[in-house]
Amino acid sequence: METDQLIRALAADNAHRARPVGFVLALGLLLAASVSVAIFLTQLGVRPDVMTAMRNPFFDLKFVVTLALAIPAIAISLHLSRPEASLRGWGWLLLIPVGLLVAGISTEMMMPQRMPMMMRMMGKNSWNCLTWIPLMALPILAAALLGLRHGAPTRPAVAGAIAGLLSAGLAATLYASHCTDDSPLFVATWYTIAAVLVAAVGALAGPRVLRF
Amino acid sequence: MREREDEWTGLMRLAISGDDAAYHRLLKAVTPVLRAAARRGLTRAGQPADQSEDIVQDILLAVHLKRHTWDADAPFAPWLFAIARNKLIDALRRRGRRVFVNIDDFAETLPGEPAAETVPTGEVAAQLQSLPARQRDVLQSIAVDSASIQDTAKKFAMSEGAVRVALHRGLASLTARLRGQ
Repeated sequence: METDQLIRALAADNAHRARPVGFVLALGLLLAASVSVAIFLTQLGVRPDVMTAMRNPFFDLKFVVTLALAIPAIAISLHLSRPEASLRGWGWLLLIPVGLLVAGISTEMMMPQRMPMMMRMMGKNSWNCLTWIPLMALPILAAALLGLRHGAPTRPAVAGAIAGLLSAGLAATLYASHCTDDSPLFVATWYTIAAVLVAAVGALAGPRVLRF
Repeated sequence: MREREDEWTGLMRLAISGDDAAYHRLLKAVTPVLRAAARRGLTRAGQPADQSEDIVQDILLAVHLKRHTWDADAPFAPWLFAIARNKLIDALRRRGRRVFVNIDDFAETLPGEPAAETVPTGEVAAQLQSLPARQRDVLQSIAVDSASIQDTAKKFAMSEGAVRVALHRGLASLTARLRGQ
């Protein structure tokens, strides 16, 4: 087929309108998040002492940190779904959860503690954390990648990694209400490892899934 | 250069608002620029430049199917060149070469560069034959026989809506097949 002929066919199809990437991404995340919530409710559940825990600011900080990862990562993903986009001007948003963790750790350091630092960092749930965050993140990651596929990301590994961070952030928000380890040291160690694992899966999947 | 790119942005805005003729004009206007860039990219990678038309068609299909990712408040050229660069890298990679694509390949076209003739090409034409019969017939009627949607509907005793659906699906599956190569 000659190029002029192809152009004629494309012009004839001008009336077709695809849905915005944001819509597809939001819908996918909503559906996948409900799968993760189902996993959470059937396998983990909210910790029994949640009413007392809520009075502990370090318990609340966990949700602030995980959402401070998930929400900017959603915004960056959407940005990277455009072909001409790069991380420039957007990457710094990922430093917000890091800053929050540093502030949390410093605050905890200044307070009298019953447990030594090493014990707070190791906690009791490190293995749970490394299992359940990635597990609950996987359905969300799949949906995020499918949503981005509807866009035109030209940096598929980066877009995949950010999709990994967003799904880890959402999964960690669920997990945080189950976990009884509230020390920012624990969060900074184990949640971070879990998020990096999921981001690595996203970065590997990106170039395969996000080609267009 | 600036003027040309502003014109593209204006045409694309018109196209999005439903002006098919403006869309047709835009695609015609960008094609020689894409062709020149594809030829330069191929030459630099040590590939014969006569494969450039396959790449041009590949880019045009991607532009068409991904145009919803263009932000109507942003200039059109950077978006277009990002898609084109991505497709060129992809095409060179498929040909098994290490790829260095210079951003400037797309940013500038030398004035007076001879516009290469459009040659009938391989990849899209070959994939067209593998499409489901209805999609292929509709695509061929509109592209090759330059029939309108209405005439095509009459010719195949289909509704206009069905022709539109077959046309879009045809273009989408063409793209998917090209990607799967």
